[in-house]
Amino acid sequence: MARFFAKHLLFLLLTLLVVSFLVFTLNEFSPGAVARKILGAYATQEQVELLTKQMGLDRPVLVRYVEYLGGLASGDLGYSALFKLPVAEVIFKHLANTVLLAAIAFACIVPLSALLGVVAGMRESSRVDRAILMFSTVVASIPEFALGVFLASVFVVWLGWLPGTATLVAGGGWSVAAQLVLPVTVIVLFDSGYVVSMIRVSMIEVMQRPYIRTAVLKGLPFRAVILRHALRNAMLTPITVIMLQVNYLIAGVVVVETVFAYPGFGRMILEAALFKDIALIEAGALVAVFLAVLTNVLGDLAYMLLDPRIRA
Amino acid sequence: MSTRVTAEALPASPCAASRLRPYAWWRRLAALGESTPASVGVAIVLAWVALALLAPLIAPYPPNANDMAALAHATPSKAHWLGTDQLGRDLLSRILWGARPVLVIAPLAVLGAAALGSLLGLVAGYHGRWIDLVITRACDIVLSFPVIILYMIILAHFGSSAWNIIGVLTLTKAPIIARIVRGMTLDLREREYVAAAKMRGESALYIMLVEILPNARGPLVVDVCLRTGYNVIILGALGFLGIGLPPPDPDWGGMVKDTYGLMVVWPHMALLPCAAISSLVVGFNLLAVGLRELGLRD
Repeated sequence: MARFFAKHLLFLLLTLLVVSFLVFTLNEFSPGAVARKILGAYATQEQVELLTKQMGLDRPVLVRYVEYLGGLASGDLGYSALFKLPVAEVIFKHLANTVLLAAIAFACIVPLSALLGVVAGMRESSRVDRAILMFSTVVASIPEFALGVFLASVFVVWLGWLPGTATLVAGGGWSVAAQLVLPVTVIVLFDSGYVVSMIRVSMIEVMQRPYIRTAVLKGLPFRAVILRHALRNAMLTPITVIMLQVNYLIAGVVVVETVFAYPGFGRMILEAALFKDIALIEAGALVAVFLAVLTNVLGDLAYMLLDPRIRA
Repeated sequence: MSTRVTAEALPASPCAASRLRPYAWWRRLAALGESTPASVGVAIVLAWVALALLAPLIAPYPPNANDMAALAHATPSKAHWLGTDQLGRDLLSRILWGARPVLVIAPLAVLGAAALGSLLGLVAGYHGRWIDLVITRACDIVLSFPVIILYMIILAHFGSSAWNIIGVLTLTKAPIIARIVRGMTLDLREREYVAAAKMRGESALYIMLVEILPNARGPLVVDVCLRTGYNVIILGALGFLGIGLPPPDPDWGGMVKDTYGLMVVWPHMALLPCAAISSLVVGFNLLAVGLRELGLRD
């Protein structure tokens, strides 16, 4: 167990180092861009050069990188040129919003996909199985923005039941809860299509194992075979896939956030990237990678806890 | 006792046999008809390919020609079958022309990823040791990165041209292919026909490309279909986020971005490009489902 954690911790640190360095050097491809962004289009070239010098951006990249790492170590993430706020503050606010969205979506995706995947996989090629397979394939094929547009055209434009934006500011007669319905629905539909197919495949495999045949032959009712023998084993392999969805939910939902004007983490990074707010991009990328590696480790850990053969 | 081992007597790669039957591929294509999802998928994809190829002939208007007078009645009419967009450009023509970049970029990026990924996977799996370690770790690092964030950072920084998009898609998808190919190479390199090729004195490159790669292609075919569909989604998403192909040429995702704010007035402007891109991805994914089904049956 200690070796497991040491290995992953080392990989995490290595990844963070590589990524932070790569993002840091991106900035080198457009010298003076940071000062230019801050001063605006009407500043003279001398002013830009002066500010670049004042901010210490004219020194070698390695020196600045080491300095940046030093800042990171003491908890200083830098200052966002876009939001005119400390980076830590900006990231925390947006990340909290996205975690809210991700948590609700995750709480829907897991039971829904488990139910559909198990029901589909317990009788392969049955009519129910084919219907669920088709449903999950089609749903996973529709890009999130298209799904958002389709749902919004029905529930916002046509029926008028829900608001078309989720700014998290209660206004226009819509509560925050009502605002969250459409973004969560889009994420759940798009993502569960994939998870359902993974669970289905695993379930099909489990149903062919000898112990299932034994359970059926000794006269257990089908219900009991599924619930007591198949379910847990069928969820074993997909658990890592399920954990990986956390990664998608936090860093990958930028499209959904854009459709519904949701003030989340993904959109923050998009805005930072378009503005070339390097401090915010850098910190955002590190947070994203940290979360990605963490969910990977958690997935492995969950797998170990569920499978007693590995735990030993 | 000495036996002379000739090249003919050595076990040949299973793929050598299939090279003698050139029509095997056609038979396989016909076999797609046995699976409903596969045939529907092929039909959808081929229909879009045909529409994209014929766009210059069948599109009623040039894709960027705007007709501000038409905006007075932008909804579908006799003059504009699918209506016009927010600048009075014919929507049918733009959707037809918009199929072209998608159908070029998505498969090209998949091919790039397949080529780079296969090469990395082959080298890592065949040589092992530190080369394997370096390649595997590098792939892990790319894979641990949420790709959409990578696209945003790179494309916002370097600008988004078709080549840049193909580049980032290739780089981010190659590690997945590399992982699959590496796994299969580890298994295949122990086979007799590889040992035979080594004994014949073939170079490592020859063994990797001629003996190992063709025998590893099975799982890659399904993966290529899935990944092409997925690339179409990403292309649309990039266009929607405003970091896709540069305007004014039609790009499905970009068309939605420009018009989804107008949905209350003109819902067709956003709905129709959404329908176009969704149907194409459904086509690719049904094809993948069908291929997997057919593969399972054999």
